[in-house]
Amino acid sequence: MTFFFETLLGGLLAGTMYSLVAIGFVLIYKASGVFNFAQGAMLLFAALTFVSLHDQGVPFALALLLTVVVMVIGALLIERLVLRPLVNRSQITLFMATLGLSFIIEGLAQGLMGSQVRALDLGIDDVPVFIGGMMVSQFDLIAAAAAIVLVTVLALLFNKTRIGVSLRAVADDTTAALSIGINLNRIWQIVWAVAGIVGLVAGLLWGARQGVQFSLSLVVLKALPVLIIGGFTSIGGAIVGGLIVGAAENLAEVYIGPLIGGGITPWFAYVLALAFLYIRPAGLFGERAIERV
Amino acid sequence: MSISLARETAPSVLIQRRVPFGLLGLLLIAFIVVPLTGNDYWLNAILIPFLVLSLAGLGLNLLTGYTGQTSVGAAGFMAVGAFATYGFLLRLPELGLPVALLGGGLISAVVGFVFGLPSSRIKGFYLMVTTLAAQFFLEWLFVKFPWFYNYGSSGTLSAPKLALFGHDLNTPLGRYLLTLTTVLVLTWVAVNLVKSQIGRNWMAIRDMDTAAAVIGIPVVRYKHLAFAVSSFYLGIAGALWAFAYLGTASASSFDINRSFQILFIIIIGGMGSIAGNFVGAAFISLLPILLSHAGQALFGGSVDAGQLQNLQKIIFGVLIIVFLIKEPEGLIRLLSNLRQRLSHWPLRF
Repeated sequence: MTFFFETLLGGLLAGTMYSLVAIGFVLIYKASGVFNFAQGAMLLFAALTFVSLHDQGVPFALALLLTVVVMVIGALLIERLVLRPLVNRSQITLFMATLGLSFIIEGLAQGLMGSQVRALDLGIDDVPVFIGGMMVSQFDLIAAAAAIVLVTVLALLFNKTRIGVSLRAVADDTTAALSIGINLNRIWQIVWAVAGIVGLVAGLLWGARQGVQFSLSLVVLKALPVLIIGGFTSIGGAIVGGLIVGAAENLAEVYIGPLIGGGITPWFAYVLALAFLYIRPAGLFGERAIERV
Repeated sequence: MSISLARETAPSVLIQRRVPFGLLGLLLIAFIVVPLTGNDYWLNAILIPFLVLSLAGLGLNLLTGYTGQTSVGAAGFMAVGAFATYGFLLRLPELGLPVALLGGGLISAVVGFVFGLPSSRIKGFYLMVTTLAAQFFLEWLFVKFPWFYNYGSSGTLSAPKLALFGHDLNTPLGRYLLTLTTVLVLTWVAVNLVKSQIGRNWMAIRDMDTAAAVIGIPVVRYKHLAFAVSSFYLGIAGALWAFAYLGTASASSFDINRSFQILFIIIIGGMGSIAGNFVGAAFISLLPILLSHAGQALFGGSVDAGQLQNLQKIIFGVLIIVFLIKEPEGLIRLLSNLRQRLSHWPLRF
């Protein structure tokens, strides 16, 4: 039984890492209706920039600051060159544009900073600690703490500041928000910058776990089932979805995997998401669109 | 008397069409000029992959461009076609190549239908993720179960003997003609399909499925049909990709990047256009070759392959965004605009 709970807890903690990636998606989707496939590429770019700076001997804090600046500049460029010309186009068109964007960012990241695997040491020892007789990875605990801090900050930003109120207004009704004088382009810039910073946090944690390399951008594919289960429009949903996917994936790999040949992690989360979709077609916390002719 | 005469002749006047000289010319080139003049490099490395990718684009376009259901699992269904055709040729060799190919397509259609079932309840991005589920599940399936690749050690399919009515097709020319014929027949079917009631229903669903349901189109049934037909095309394209082009294949030949490549073909070529697939496929398959030649010429081999690949990625990304911004209907629209301009040149309307 201890083993079961150990597996469950390990899965839940791994799930917070998925949530971190998913939050970046939710932010952008809420504010602009764009399903940002480039989130994974942004994550890779942020982590690579940080590691490259850090390797050059730039101190930790300064490297972090510089990476944030780079991500903000990136957000401004994306808004100006990609989103603004595509305003008022269909969601699928915007999604495909972010597909193209992910190619550009990946190509730039690897072209400028190399494609070899870089080690990233955040100074966190990955030693197991024992809580109530269960073995838990210390790194996972810190990652979970980072996720909690991040979500709290985002919640404060969304609920307590003027920017947050305009963000919610845009998400609620873009046309109405425009008519009362909210600058849509500015909102997009802010949202993409925030998503870039969330990507940086996620990129650092994932990078410390598995090395900073190209496969980091594939984390995006891990976040999709999380989004499906939680719904595209809810940060809380992203957290819950992440926990569900992490726990279910771990349990399935241990208990179901051996029965059908193992290695089921790549698709199990998707099948789980499908099962959820059959019951709730807009995810657990997603808004159900009402359709009119 | 004269009225009845008019009635008899009117329909024939209405359906009278111009002889499609351009199309006939292309066919003449494809079937006679190319086989006479083309060398093995052109056939193997350029024409065969171009034709197969066109067919795959056509399959995806029926689903995404005509019915409006975005799919990023195209390569998964190609894999089903390849592995199923291989299975037929291996285990029931008396069927012969055409029947095996058809069987591979049909099995792929069934699989596509099954993975398309969620489309009755789910739309948009949520549906797109289910096609990703198909992609990953099918990839895993063809790696995990050795039965599919005849228990080989490396998980690859070895090319079966390609033969048709006793003719050996294992020469570049034979494989080219096999691919060309298959692609032509399927394209012809697709052209008629999208002109029929089925195609009109698909386009109504694409434009607005709620409205389509209101005017009495059985939306769910036609969405499922689109998934099945699209997978049929993709399956046959997958089999051709494996046996006519690569000669050998494994699940990794049909990974998610192949799915994206096919999606790019239809974006660049033109969504909701049959000819657009061919233009898009030509563009996608020729651009890397051009870029590597250009890289060679500019830097004389001093630039390494990795950097060239990164550059190619950036160029692809930029092209996709530029197309989406400037010409969302793709290269085919640019070509038809050009033709219209030329037909009045140097005057304008």
